[in-house]
Formats: sequence, C-alpha cells, structure tokens
Amino acid sequence: MIAEAGLALLWLAASLSLLQLVLGAAALRPGNEPMVGIVRPVAIAQGLLVGLSFLALIWLFLRTDLSVKLVAANSHSLKPWLYKFAGAWGNHEGSMLLWVTVLAVAGAGVALFEKRLRQDTLIATLAAQAVIGLGFYAYILFASNPFERLFPVPVEGNGLNPLLQDPGLAFHPPTLYFGYVGISIAFSFAVGALVTRDVGPAFARAMRPWVLGAWIFLTLGITAGSYWAYYELGWGGWWFWDPVENASLMPWLAATALLHSVTVLATRAGLRAWTIMLAVVAFSMSMIGTFLVRSGILTSVHAFAVDPLRGAFILALLTFYIGGALTLFGLRVRHVKEGSTFELVSREASLVLNNLLLSVILGLVFIGTLYPLITQALGREISVGPPYFNSAIGPIALALAAIMTLGPMLRWRRDELRALSARIAAPALLSAAVLLVVVLLAPGISWLPLLGLAVAPGVAVASLAPLWGRKLRRTPLFTYGMVIAHLGIAVALAGMAADSAFTQETLVAASPGQMIAAGPFNIRFVSAEPVAGPNWTAIEARLEARRGEGAPFPLTPQARLFDSPPTPTSETSIQTLWDGQLYAAIGDGDDQGRWQLRIWWKPFVTLIWAGGALVALGGFLALIGRLRRERRHRPEREAWA
Amino acid sequence: MKRLVLWLPLGAFLIFLAVVAAGLYTPRQEAVPSAMIGQPVPDFALQPAIPGRPGLTSAELRSGRPHLVNIFASWCLPCRTEAAQLAELNRRGIPVDGIAVRDREQDLAQFLATYGDPFRAIGADIDRRVQLDIGSAGVPETFVIDGRGIIRHQHIGAITDADLPEIMAAWQEASR
Repeated sequence: MIAEAGLALLWLAASLSLLQLVLGAAALRPGNEPMVGIVRPVAIAQGLLVGLSFLALIWLFLRTDLSVKLVAANSHSLKPWLYKFAGAWGNHEGSMLLWVTVLAVAGAGVALFEKRLRQDTLIATLAAQAVIGLGFYAYILFASNPFERLFPVPVEGNGLNPLLQDPGLAFHPPTLYFGYVGISIAFSFAVGALVTRDVGPAFARAMRPWVLGAWIFLTLGITAGSYWAYYELGWGGWWFWDPVENASLMPWLAATALLHSVTVLATRAGLRAWTIMLAVVAFSMSMIGTFLVRSGILTSVHAFAVDPLRGAFILALLTFYIGGALTLFGLRVRHVKEGSTFELVSREASLVLNNLLLSVILGLVFIGTLYPLITQALGREISVGPPYFNSAIGPIALALAAIMTLGPMLRWRRDELRALSARIAAPALLSAAVLLVVVLLAPGISWLPLLGLAVAPGVAVASLAPLWGRKLRRTPLFTYGMVIAHLGIAVALAGMAADSAFTQETLVAASPGQMIAAGPFNIRFVSAEPVAGPNWTAIEARLEARRGEGAPFPLTPQARLFDSPPTPTSETSIQTLWDGQLYAAIGDGDDQGRWQLRIWWKPFVTLIWAGGALVALGGFLALIGRLRRERRHRPEREAWA
Repeated sequence: MKRLVLWLPLGAFLIFLAVVAAGLYTPRQEAVPSAMIGQPVPDFALQPAIPGRPGLTSAELRSGRPHLVNIFASWCLPCRTEAAQLAELNRRGIPVDGIAVRDREQDLAQFLATYGDPFRAIGADIDRRVQLDIGSAGVPETFVIDGRGIIRHQHIGAITDADLPEIMAAWQEASR
C-alpha cells in the first residue's frame, strides 16, 4: 500500500506542477489578475505532496519492504538502520526522487516566503520552476519509478554499495542536493525576470537570499564530500577531480560568481545581463552534472546503474531547459537597460575581475571534465587527471584569492589607487615575509604550494580589513559574514598548500612486529587480525604510532569485505593532531604474512575542511544579516501592475 | 556585434550537446588503453635508484636498441610475483630496465636481495611524474619500447607465464 500511496502522491504532485504552470502562464495575461492568488498555494501543495511521497520511500526502506524492486536491489534486512534510512537516496531512482523533492520544496519556499519580488515576476518564476519540475516528474514516472513492485518477492535484498555504507551518506547527498538543486531558484528567477523584463536592483535584492541559501548548502556539501573521499577511498587525497566532484564544483563556481555579481546589481544596478546569465549557468551546470553522472557517459565512482535511455531522456530535458533559457536570454536581454558605469579602480571592477577569474576556472573544469568525451568523438580514448587540473587551475585560483582581498577594501564607483596600496601594504608585506621564511626553512617546495603558503596569511589578514577601524558592534552582520567567508578561503588555501608541500608518504609491505618510520612518527606494526562487523568481515592492522617521546596512540586501518554485495573496501584510520593528521590504510596481503601499508603524515590538512566550514558559516551569517535588514526596511509591497 | 554576443552561450551549449550526443551513442571500451602507444617516450632523466648502478633516461631509450621497461615498487606485492618471469625474459636475452615508483633506497635494496634482481638499470621515480607521463596508472606495468623510443606495447599488471609469448612477440616486433 505504501508504495502505491507514494506513487499516487507523486502523480498528484506532478499534476499540480502542471496546474502551477498553466495557472501561472494564464495569470500573466492582462485581465487574469484574480488567478494570481491561486498559484502560490498550488506551489506549496506541490512541495508538500512530493515531500510526502519521498517520506513514503524512506518508510519502505526502513521497513525493508522487499516487494519493492528498488528496496530489494539496494537494501538488506540486516543493514544498520541508518543505512536503511540513507539507502533511500543511495541509488539512482531514490536520488532522482530526492532531486525533484528539493526542486518542489524550493519552489514551495519561494511561494511561502518571497515577499519582495514584483508580483508578476514571482508568478513567472513559479511557472518556470513548475516547468523544470514537470520534466523531472516525467522522467521519474516514466523512466525510473522508485515505487515499482517486484514479483515474486525475494527473501533477501541485495544490499547497499559498501562504499556508501558510511554515516556521511545520511547527510552528504541531501545537503548537496539542497544546494545543487536549490540553485534552480536562481534559474527560475532569471527566467521569470526575462519574461517580465524586470531586471533591476529590487529583483537582485529578492534573488540574493535564495542564491545565498543554496550556495551555503553547496559549500557544505562539497566540503563534506571532499572529506568523505579523503577517508573512504584510502588514497590520502582530498580532491580527485572525479567527474562527480567537478559536477558539484561547477555550480558552486557559477553560484559564487553569481553571489558577487548580484551584489553589484543590487547596490549599483550594474552587470544586469551578466547576472542573469550566471543565474542560468549555475543551475544549468547542476543539470549537466546530473546528466554526466547519471548517463554513465563519464566513468565515475558515483555512477549508478547505467542506462543509455535514461541518459537520452535527461539530455532531452537539458536541451529543452538550457536551450530554452539561453534562447530567451538572447531574445530578451537586449531590452534590459544598461547598468551604471564605474571606474577601473572600484569595487565593481574588482567584482568583475572576480567573476572573470571564476568563469575561467569554471571553463577549465568544464573542458577538463568533458575532454575525454571530446577526444572520444575524435576517435581517441583518453583520461584527464589531476596534473591537468592542478596546473591549469592552481595559479588562477591563487590570483583569485589575492584579488578577493582587494574587493572589500575598495569603494563603490571609484577609488584611489594610492589609498588602496596603503591598505594592502601590511598583508602584502606579511605574504612576502612568509615566502622568505618558507624558502629559507623548507627549500625545495614546488612553486605552487610555496605561493599558496605565502599568499594564505596575507589573504587571512586582508580579509579582516572590512573590520579595521570600525565599531565592531555596529558593523552589520552581513559584513561579518563576508569577512568570515573570505577568511575561510584563506584557511582552506593554507591547508591545501601545507598538504601538498609537507605531506610525507610511506608505502611499505610490512609484517607484524616491524617498525615503520613515517615522517616524524615511529610506528610499530603490532598485528593484523580478522574482525567482524554486522555485515562485513575485515583484516584489521593494529598499529602503534608515536612522535618522538610522545604518548603512543593506536591506528587500526581495515581491509573490509562486505557480505552483500560482496565488495572489498579500505577503511582508513586517521588520528587528528593539532598540527595535522596521521593517516593509515591497509592494502593487500601476501602468503607470507606481509601487508601493504600506506601511511601519510599530512600537516595542517584539516584546515582545508575547517576553511570550507568557515566559508559556509560566513554565508549563513550573511544570509541572517540580509534577512534581518530586509525585515527592518521592507518596502511597501509593490502593487500589482 | 553586441547582438551576436548574446547568442554565444546558446552556441556553446549546442556544441556541448553535439559532443555528448555523439558520446552517448558511441559504444565504449571499458579499459582505457594508453594513449601513449605509438608515441615517443616523454623526456625524462631519472637518478639511479641504487647508488653506483645506472639510472634511466629517455635518451637511453632512444639509443637504437629496443628496451623492456618494468614499472615497479618494493611496496607493491604483485610486483614480487613477476620476478621469475622477468628473470626468464633475461634468460631469453631481453635486458630489463626498471622504474621504481615512490620507493626508498633501503626498501628497494632489500626487495632486490629477496626477490632477485633482473634489472640492468633502475631509475628512481620519486613523485610518480615519469610513470604518469609514460601513460601508466599503477604498478606493476611493463612497456616495450623500440630503438627510436616509440612505445610499442603496454602490459598492465604482473606478468604471468601465460603473458610471456605476447611480450616476446612485441619485443621481436620492436627489434625489427
């Protein structure tokens, strides 16, 4: 019954989204104003229904209802409850349902809370959100129904992909999706504004909190995903340039650029067409990412069952949505008024530079991700790895970090070069000093991490500049948000540079009893023993590590074999110290009792994720600050024209 | 002009569509063969991994004679199982050059002492740069390179007795 109810709710939600579209389109015609009032409740009801449908799927997974095909294929009665719960979205169909749920819930959120946007633009926005929803409802209902029954009912399920059997699965995908799919709101806002020709500061101020909200979730999702890859994959890296990582990074890059350009539009009425473009691009990147990962066109750890038909379906949706939005852009944006002008030395100019560099990085990631496809179309198989991405993107990202410090120091419209150089003198000197110290104390670091180490402290100090000489208690919360987010970038940069400059790697084949030197640590390989968990068995290496004469601590990496489906995984063991992490993984063994051990000492690597969390916290403070200010100065609601 | 610019994003998107549509309907090979087959070896000069013995340079690989280059490491367990096969290739008159990946001198010396030492020269590839440049993703891998320094054959994984004829054939091909 629950499966049928879930499916019925999904059908209902889909028809409501059709209704939302038709009513919205009708309400925009002159003379139909009374219909306006109905669109909001319809959007809210749609969000509610699809939310309930998703809850039905979670319920089926919690009960391990094996008569449902999806549950049988991806769950197992003996699985810990957390993985039964999270298993609901640890597969293709369930994650697509989560996708459309977030889409509809975000639309409902706009219908409920958006009070600043011009009425007709709001209706057009909700209609656009409904159009996106419709395509994905159709996709789920016709090509990947999560509620499909299975007959005869199997006695036991297949189990969840062991790589996904990790507490992170409970939080990472929903968080990421709220950002990844939540950014659809910006897309719909842009389409709505193009339809009603309402691209101005008021529109930008209305859009900003939604972009900010989605961006916070994206930032958190990417940060968490990076840490997951770091400890789950067992190779000590924190970013692999896997297509799916890129698929989450690309919307983030576009959303970050959008966040900055929308501020120019809100404050100075500039960058109108560009802001609209970015809003379209951000969610387009989400859809393209979904397509690349789900069609199986690129090889990725996140690819679920591959089915070219599904790929073709999503590709058709992409063509329609992105192609449609870009056509609308080409037709309409020339009617958008030009913004105000600004001088070369001004905050606008620095934000334009920020946008350009972010766009270049986005372009490089995009091309790098698609490059295997391009060469394949030309008849060669090739894979593009981290060397390309690191060497192409590293220098630009460094330049971006440096420019990031200039923006907040500059005044809007025009500023004096001399005043600027006085303001950046201290951070620049600090960076130069650090550069000198690092070169003297640790020669032989390659230039990119070296520059990163030098730039990071300068950026950290400079990011505090907006607080210099201000009354701290009277400074608005969103300024604190910006400061903390920029500081977070500096912290993450320091972590990345320290990790690539100072990581010490030890790869050995060792037998129990042996001593292993790894960086500043002496590690005793005590034993390798079999252990068992609820649905896995493992070989666990017991290691005892100590630095100098310090207290010893244990490390217990495991090579696990999951029962259902039988899959080996590597469970790393990580000890976090104040100045970094000691990371151990165990690989294959041989018949003479030797084991492959991989041990890394990674100084200050934790700063990477601490920085990511700071960036998200900064975004959160900025959001709260903006909303509080809006509430205080809410203009009279604009009358229906 | 300005109008044209506004249509650029759509144009870029259409190109993207063409590429992925082509990709979606092209049957794909599962294993990515090295794009380096038929290509000259990249330039490199590796220091000797064992002091007093020769290191390995790309100039050496282009010196007119074919080479068999084995990419290995002392920390790699499968590498231990192919020692007999490498020795067998030695016996059949094929010199073996080694590239030791992310390895340490004393570990390597012990590895050679324990499992035998078929190598004429061993270069130390500390940061994996040469391994990646030559188109190898893991250890062990073995390359057959002809006298002009062109990569002719790549064997992925440990060499077993069953692989020997294929490698011998590639060697004879490269010797011509």
